[in-house]
Amino acid sequence: MADFSGSDLTCLRGERLVFGGLSFSAKSGDAVMLRGRNGAGKSSLLRLMAGLLTPRSGMLCWNGENISDDRTAHHARTHYLGHQDAIKPVLTVRDNLRLWGQLRGVRDLDATIDRALHALQIHHLARVTGRYLSSGQKRRTALARILIGQSDLWLLDEPTVGLDRESCAELAQLIKDFRARGGIVIYSTHIDLDVEKPTVLDLDEFAIPMVEWLAEQDDIEDLVHGGKDAISSQEAAQ
Amino acid sequence: MNGFLAILQRDLRLALRQGADSVMVVAFFIVTTTLFPFGVGPEVNILARIASGVIWVSALLAAMLSLERVFQTDYEDGTLELLTTSPVSLELLILGKVLAHWLTTGLPLIIAAPLMAVMLNMDQDGFATLMIAMLLGTPALSLIGAIGAALILGARRGGVLVSLLVLPLYIPVLIFGAGAVEAALLGISAIAQLQIMGAILLLTLAAAPFATSHAVRQAME
Repeated sequence: MADFSGSDLTCLRGERLVFGGLSFSAKSGDAVMLRGRNGAGKSSLLRLMAGLLTPRSGMLCWNGENISDDRTAHHARTHYLGHQDAIKPVLTVRDNLRLWGQLRGVRDLDATIDRALHALQIHHLARVTGRYLSSGQKRRTALARILIGQSDLWLLDEPTVGLDRESCAELAQLIKDFRARGGIVIYSTHIDLDVEKPTVLDLDEFAIPMVEWLAEQDDIEDLVHGGKDAISSQEAAQ
Repeated sequence: MNGFLAILQRDLRLALRQGADSVMVVAFFIVTTTLFPFGVGPEVNILARIASGVIWVSALLAAMLSLERVFQTDYEDGTLELLTTSPVSLELLILGKVLAHWLTTGLPLIIAAPLMAVMLNMDQDGFATLMIAMLLGTPALSLIGAIGAALILGARRGGVLVSLLVLPLYIPVLIFGAGAVEAALLGISAIAQLQIMGAILLLTLAAAPFATSHAVRQAME
């Protein structure tokens, strides 16, 4: 039974506070749906979970262990699907997928790729080069990647973009199968994906104004007080 | 190790399909070297005197030309993001990419160099040393260049920026590379210069993958 949780996460991008004080917890078989307006930090949260970003404060734990202690292990159990499809225009669909299998040390790679292509119904495209794929076909190829290699956690950032209604149903089915096998799925989407009883995490609830957050910071408070002391001592001297 | 071979194989396959990059680098090298006889004049003695320096400078410029592409396309299409989140260490993957870069650009330069040496009337005593020096020097150029290529990710006009970052770091390779050939032409042993070039290569081999992976992670933030 795996357990993935985050506590008191704060994400700072540039000089903008995206969200603060965010906590969540998911167990094997759970699905978490991220919701929020544009810019609420859905992608940032998924990138934090994937280990691409580091939180300003708070931590992410897998079975109680901080994920930044052993990044290799976390990467091995995680499949991250970002906005981009990472498809090389000059390579065939099969060759595009091959690299990701090799990096995960998949044995019997050809059969695994075949299964993934069948699951996404793009087996007929196996020998087509990336440049001739439509955007929906590219997205499906990218989705096929998360079926290659063992994983316990799927982080899907807007997986439905570019997919037609049937593909969305297939994706929902894949998510269902993965959860039945004990996987955890965390995803963001703007359309309704037919996923059974997801836990909804509304990021708008964690948007806090920068001023409030700054006021909570001890080190900055010290700075401010230090500054005031310095000024008052100057005044006293005068 | 599998990850290293996988990325090497993929990058070589991409280079083979796209092709143009290696051809362009060698063509650029040949054209720049050819410009010097036109500029300096056809005086045979002068050409022979400057041959080693001209070949090295042209090789540095040619190697730099292809640097921008090392990470740029992978960065733009999201591949780099996935490489960063793959279970294989990023340093090893970067080393694989650098080796692929060297095989597609450095190696063709080494093969073209003696041809250019003949054109510039270099004494044939220097040929062997020139090739050995380039064999030690060009991998170091690829390794140093990878740091620059990773640092400019996400920047506008990366191509100009990468040359400003990387060219000053190429100077030691230039000094000892040209020096080794000079020594061989004068009939003295070039071992000392070649040993220093070997040391530069080992140093960059140890340090560059870590520096590059830090720069790549920074670009992912």
